[in-house]
Amino acid sequence: MAEAAKMQVSDEVAIQITGMNKWYGQFHVLRDINMTVQRGERIVICGPSGSGKSTLIRCINRLEEHQQGQIIVDGTELTNDLKNIDKVRSEVGMVFQHFNLFPHLTILENCTLAPIWVRKVPKKEAEETAMHFLTKVKIPEQAHKYPGQLSGGQQQRVAIARSLCMKPRIMLFDEPTSALDPEMIKEVLDTMIQLAEEGMTMLCVTHEMGFAQAVANRVIFMDQGQIVEQNEPKEFFNNPKSDRTKLFLSQILGH
Amino acid sequence: MAQGFTRTEMLPAMPPPVSESGTLKWLRENLFSGWLNSTLTAAATLFIAFVAWNSFPWFWHSVWNAGSLNECRQIVTASAGEGATGACWAFLRPWWGAFIFGHQYPVDERWRPVLAFGLLFAALAPVLFAGQKRNLTIILAVVAAFLVLTLYLASAPSLAFALAILGVLALLALAQVQPGKLLWFTLAFPALCFWLLWGGSIWTPIVAVAGFGVLYLVFRLASPVIGLAPAAGAGFVAAVLWWMFVDAPVADALQSAIPIQLLWIASDKFGGFLLSIVIGVTGITFSLPLGILLALGRQSDMPIVKMLCVIFIETIRGVPLITLLFVAAFVLGFFLPPQANFDLLLRVLILVTFFAAAYLAEVLRGALAALPRGQYEAADALGLDYWRAQRLVILPQALKISIPGIVSTFIGLFKDTTLVVIVALYEPLKGITHLVRQDINWKGIYWEPYIFVGAIFFIFCFSMSRYSKYLEDKLKTDHR
Ligand SMILES: Nc1ncnc2c1ncn2[C@@H]1O[C@H](COP(=O)(O)OP(=O)(O)OP(=O)(O)O)[C@@H](O)[C@H]1O
Ligand SMILES: [Mg+2]
Repeated sequence: MAEAAKMQVSDEVAIQITGMNKWYGQFHVLRDINMTVQRGERIVICGPSGSGKSTLIRCINRLEEHQQGQIIVDGTELTNDLKNIDKVRSEVGMVFQHFNLFPHLTILENCTLAPIWVRKVPKKEAEETAMHFLTKVKIPEQAHKYPGQLSGGQQQRVAIARSLCMKPRIMLFDEPTSALDPEMIKEVLDTMIQLAEEGMTMLCVTHEMGFAQAVANRVIFMDQGQIVEQNEPKEFFNNPKSDRTKLFLSQILGH
Repeated sequence: MAQGFTRTEMLPAMPPPVSESGTLKWLRENLFSGWLNSTLTAAATLFIAFVAWNSFPWFWHSVWNAGSLNECRQIVTASAGEGATGACWAFLRPWWGAFIFGHQYPVDERWRPVLAFGLLFAALAPVLFAGQKRNLTIILAVVAAFLVLTLYLASAPSLAFALAILGVLALLALAQVQPGKLLWFTLAFPALCFWLLWGGSIWTPIVAVAGFGVLYLVFRLASPVIGLAPAAGAGFVAAVLWWMFVDAPVADALQSAIPIQLLWIASDKFGGFLLSIVIGVTGITFSLPLGILLALGRQSDMPIVKMLCVIFIETIRGVPLITLLFVAAFVLGFFLPPQANFDLLLRVLILVTFFAAAYLAEVLRGALAALPRGQYEAADALGLDYWRAQRLVILPQALKISIPGIVSTFIGLFKDTTLVVIVALYEPLKGITHLVRQDINWKGIYWEPYIFVGAIFFIFCFSMSRYSKYLEDKLKTDHR
């Protein structure tokens, strides 16, 4: 099944990053990043803590600003122009490590907020869409509860549904399962695998190597703010080229 | 050596030992948990008993009906014997009107503040209990009953009486069908309240409010063409032009065509609780939005906006309210053109609002800082722009966290209204009480007027505090 899904990659470019650099004050956090993501591609980004994975994908929807180079998302270049930023953000969904649901709104309201206020969808239609996606992540019965009443795994699935309600063309995931208990990780990964099979363009920071092997077209390994190695998952795991990659893989797969 | 163990029968649940439950346990844990605690409990009990023992006869011998303080004392002596003391509340009979409306507010027009006060609750209800049909119905029904009684007592003109009751009944009916629509009355209330309290031509407030209509109209027409922010600016300019040049002639023309007016009552005639409530309610209403803007401004990325907000907040907070009131009363006069007959009460209102807004801004800043960064990021990532993110995601949470702080500020503001005595306005605590104590009949009265005024303030402040508790409980969504 995963093989079939991998066929859907098209030639259309979804994200194009060229010669991108970013600093936090004096600290050079991203160094000369070049990467192209085709529409329908599923990319897993991994690497040691502090290597800049989060910073990289947060640059793609401009939660972080880059200082040099070019980022083009869906044909729109990210600059200081607020219009472009808003356009990109409404096309790109993001799922965070700590869910970041809005605690003062019900699950349904969490899911309809952005469609109603950003996309100007009528309330009724937005609620129907929300119920559709909540059904898809298998928690329609929780729609009228508040986030605080749900388990971590359920909250993360709501966060995914909330992003999907904006009908994004690209989804970014920043360690979506690393704040979850083991038995909840599976329910979230299942949701993500389902999404991958439907051909969503996905960039996913994760250390779930099983997930990478099952759905990724490409694994990117980062260290010290640079892309050190990228390859198909099979090659990447069985035949890593760089020493750093080998060390990293032995550390996370070794036990 | 570890030994295996298997339970063969389950233990039944048993009631806790006697000493561990109920009142006894509570007493033992909270009042008599040790020597120090027990001593303190005994001392406190003795103290309370002492105070109660000494003040009780004074309240018990209260006199409600007398023409002067001397008469009061004679009545107490006659009924309780030589040397007995008793409270004398009889001063309230001649003076209650001054306490409530101020001693200069025309007696024949007292129905107007009474009506405004009743309608105030009708206007507050849709805000305090949004969409809750049952609470709205109760409040509106109470307001209707209150108005029937008080307007009758204040001998309101029959036309006003009938219109007022019909109006409230109409609101009551609306609450049954479309409770959300009641907010329109809330929006119209400030203009109505202004007209009722100050009077004059009815067209003055109507034409002034039409200025906001002009603002909105220009904004709506212009925003598709020139964008949101410039359109808002254009609307604002249009509204100012309206107020400066169109307002007065149109209001005059309408007044001469269809004359409807109430007797004009200048603000220096206002006094007593009327004054406190006008200042308190206006201050509360306007300081909250201003405080929110200041708090957001202080968090802003734009250095100039940020600096202006910081300077404003720190200056206002760093100066005692009394100083600000002096500024309002005397210093502002030097800067304003002499012909600008800028009402003293209006100046006081503005400065009291600024004062509360500065405090609110700091209360809110704490809450904004306490919100996790993830909330801002999630709102951004969903494509909400700055104002929508603030309004829909950040502020509802920040306001909820800061309810206790906000309500404290409001209570403080309401009590601080007594400070306006410093600029010669007749607030109840010092202003009116002073008049009572100068009255030849009541010379020498001391505790009673203060207790009376204190009790009324307590009722208002305690209600606010209870409402804040209710709101906190209602908004609690983090059911853990
Ligand atoms: N706002 C910031 N200001 C300064 N330095 C930062 C900031 N955010 C991150 N950093 C630094 O940038 C580096 C990269 O951070 P980033 O969060 O992208 O790492 P990561 O690869 O996602 O790590 P992890 O696996 O722990 O999430 C780290 O060394 C971090 O200390
Ligand atoms: Mg990270």
